[in-house]
Amino acid sequence: MSYLNLLKLGAPEAIVVLIALAVLTIGLTNDRARGLPGVVAAFGILIAIWTTARLPQQASLFGGMLVISPLNSLFKMICLGLAFVTVPLAVSEKSLRNPGEYLAMLLLGTLGLLLLVGSEELLMIFIGLELLGLSLYVMAAFDKTDVRSAEAGLKYYLFGSTASAFTLFGISLVYGMSGTTSLALITLKLGMGPIQPLMAVGIVMTLIGFAFKIAAAPFHLWAPDAYQGAPVPSSAFIASGSKVAAFVVLGKIVLIGFAPAHGNAGWHMMQPGWSPILAALAAFSILLGNFVALAQTNVRRLLAYSAVAHAGYTLLGLVAGGRDGFSATLFYTTIYAITLIGAFGVVGMVKRETGGDDFQNFAGLASRRPLAAGCMAIFMLSLAGLPPLAGFFGKFYLFSAAFRSGGNHGLLWLVVLALFGSFVSLYYYLSVLKVIFVDQPPAAEPGQGRTAAGQFLPLATIVILAAAILILGVLPGTLAAVITKSVP
Amino acid sequence: MIAWTIYITFAGALIVLIFPRSFARWIALTAAVAGLLVGLAMFFRRDVDLGHFTTIVRVPWIPALGMNYHLAVDGISLTLVLVTGLAATSAILFSWDVSDRAKEFFFWLLLVVGGSYGVFLSADLFLLFLFYELVIVPKYFLIAIFGSTNKEYGAMKLTLYSFFGGALVFLGVIVAYVAGGSFDLNQLSQFQFPSSLQAWAFPVLFLGFAVLAGIWPLHTWAPTGHVAAPTAGSMLLAGIVMKLGAYAALRVAMNLFPDGFHMWRNLVAVLAVIGIVYAAAVALRQRDLKFVIGYSSVSHMGFVLLGLATANALGVSGAVLQMFSHGVIGALLFAVAGTMIYRRTHTRDLDALSAIDLRHALPFAAFTFVVASAASMGIPGFSGFAAEITILIGTWKAYPAAVWIVGAGMVLVAAFTLRALKRSFFDADSTNSNPSQPPMEPITIPEKLGAGLLMFATLAVGLYPKILLDRIQPAVEAMRFLR
Repeated sequence: MSYLNLLKLGAPEAIVVLIALAVLTIGLTNDRARGLPGVVAAFGILIAIWTTARLPQQASLFGGMLVISPLNSLFKMICLGLAFVTVPLAVSEKSLRNPGEYLAMLLLGTLGLLLLVGSEELLMIFIGLELLGLSLYVMAAFDKTDVRSAEAGLKYYLFGSTASAFTLFGISLVYGMSGTTSLALITLKLGMGPIQPLMAVGIVMTLIGFAFKIAAAPFHLWAPDAYQGAPVPSSAFIASGSKVAAFVVLGKIVLIGFAPAHGNAGWHMMQPGWSPILAALAAFSILLGNFVALAQTNVRRLLAYSAVAHAGYTLLGLVAGGRDGFSATLFYTTIYAITLIGAFGVVGMVKRETGGDDFQNFAGLASRRPLAAGCMAIFMLSLAGLPPLAGFFGKFYLFSAAFRSGGNHGLLWLVVLALFGSFVSLYYYLSVLKVIFVDQPPAAEPGQGRTAAGQFLPLATIVILAAAILILGVLPGTLAAVITKSVP
Repeated sequence: MIAWTIYITFAGALIVLIFPRSFARWIALTAAVAGLLVGLAMFFRRDVDLGHFTTIVRVPWIPALGMNYHLAVDGISLTLVLVTGLAATSAILFSWDVSDRAKEFFFWLLLVVGGSYGVFLSADLFLLFLFYELVIVPKYFLIAIFGSTNKEYGAMKLTLYSFFGGALVFLGVIVAYVAGGSFDLNQLSQFQFPSSLQAWAFPVLFLGFAVLAGIWPLHTWAPTGHVAAPTAGSMLLAGIVMKLGAYAALRVAMNLFPDGFHMWRNLVAVLAVIGIVYAAAVALRQRDLKFVIGYSSVSHMGFVLLGLATANALGVSGAVLQMFSHGVIGALLFAVAGTMIYRRTHTRDLDALSAIDLRHALPFAAFTFVVASAASMGIPGFSGFAAEITILIGTWKAYPAAVWIVGAGMVLVAAFTLRALKRSFFDADSTNSNPSQPPMEPITIPEKLGAGLLMFATLAVGLYPKILLDRIQPAVEAMRFLR
């Protein structure tokens, strides 16, 4: 293995590190500079996407520490793309002082995403998880003028580090029982005989760490505060990039690494394994997320609880397992990430203009900013799963995969539960839209209103994301085919 | 060619958004009239086989999952396309005075219409479901923004009911797809689903659609929603949206799961009969004119469900005819109540209306309401009579007892219709009418045009129902559950 070759295969990661350092340097020389670091970061991410696209089809370094496969490359590009659209949101967020440092953190977090997605080895996955987590803690606490941001950061950090401890302990048990940290070899070991109790403990503990990352109930407690308190771009990144990567890795761990311990989550035919655990997490998340979201009056908190519910839906595909189920999960989580960045973009605009993100701050958005209101309608309705938006097809894909698997429609109970959950969810998504389109804004105070002039960049981003949701809703085959093809 | 109804309507919706507000209503009207004309042109073509669900467009859409953009037409869908065009055109004519947020109004309105065309013409189950769900949200905004009495409550209730039905349908669609391996309705209707599957899949799918058709006891969204909606909204709800449910129940639930249908049809018939009588009885006690009409809609849709439950060609054809007939009559009744009366008197309360001498102030409205009431009661010569008598003959063959009960229900229908007619127009004594009452704005030309269009349609079909039945019956006879 020559170092030149290593550099070639690790080029995307290397570029992201370099750009992060460059952005940090610019921030050091001029800590108020906004435009230049943003342009450099965005440009660097584009280069990284381009180099990812030019990676070879298949390669494996250091026994699976860095694996290049169509699936990994595709999701590296998707994660980089999500980071790319977060940049304009971050640049236009005036409350973030030292934008250079912020963007550097964003890029380091992106590096964590790339390592997570690009590895099939438990230790490397853990390093990626930690790198991502540490950057996100900083990003959540970045607004030093806002006490809520500090609360968000601290809460996220405390819960996150506990979950990391669980994962690390779980990984160590898995390693102790199987003698390896490579996913492919763990499968071989697991397949050789019945699963020992200690191994089962290791598997469960590893899953808990990921349940925390995807905010599945009952490991979701950090999410509402982090989503609400953190600076808006940080919330967007936590809700999108971090979630996509977590689902990709969770899928690889359970479907590749722990495949022999699949078990069965079907009604009347439960068998111990990880799939009943994930099914229980999914069911609990769907119920709790949707019902608690009904009572929210802050849009970001509402999005946080709806995120819990969506984590539940997305888990359905993994419970179903197989190529079909995994592709459905990946499709859904990608769509979800795009939607949420857009929704947080709108929240950010409203927050800059009215100073808050409660329901009443959104009143009359339709007359104030019709374009942003229309985009918000697209995002909310896509989350609710209404056609012709991408969320509708995503749900269909997911639920039909779940219904088909499990033998004799065993997962019907979970599908019915998920359908019931999405029925409940329409109420709160419509409540947001009702405030935007129907309610009249409170009498405009002088000095308020359309003060923020520099809204072009975020607005353009939002419109592009909304268009993507609409196009992927009408022609979902494009993305679905790419994902299905890349899933092994 | 008939696929253009969908494209024209959606294109109209987008163009409305682009052009300035003063053009909005003209664009919407153009799109609706064009849709109606396209439907009519298809109707009078002789070279199309309306006895089978004939494919017009078929383009691969998501090949990996076997979804196609597949449209087809037969006599049943053509009839419903026509009533959609009629209701849409007249609804826009009756919204001629909408000026506040007019662009949004016509945008949402055209989305409802376009989605409905889509449902009636889809031959792909997924596509049908997509259009079906597409209609839900525009209804919400149409009512919540532009409605009247208790609009936000009514809009939310209606939307949640629709979406609840939609969730059941979602499950049914997945079941049909996974078990049948295809989305093509023509292929699925040949597929032999196992009876044990049909036994539970049919009620799920049928109930999901029937929520929108106003089946008792899941009908309560209809009166509340109708009352809350603006005139055009109620016209579309009564004229088109309730038909979506009934049409899809026939096209999808009954045609795909015939065994399940035969297992459950007795229950459907019982619910339909209860719906007819119960809604008519409730209508008799309402004070708000729109509530009276709202419950009459539920009662009339009960006839549709009863016709479907008979499972014979006559009853089902009558049900389709009744969908057309009620679409026209319901729209007409709501037009009179919502625009001709409410906009001028600002009340729909029957007690308040009985004090106003409306028949002299608004003679044209009185005339229209008399015609609409007569049609609604089932007086021979109007489409309501033709449809209901066909259904009752069909019912006689299947459920003789039901005919007696429904007969009593029809007396109730006549009673509440006459009561509403009398209280709203013919109660005030013209000799001592209050001279201080300000003169009312006369009925405008667009209103007259819209009312004339609907009255012509109900009269034409009433006098010569064969024109529709000749096209409906072959299509019904081709359906599997009859055999």
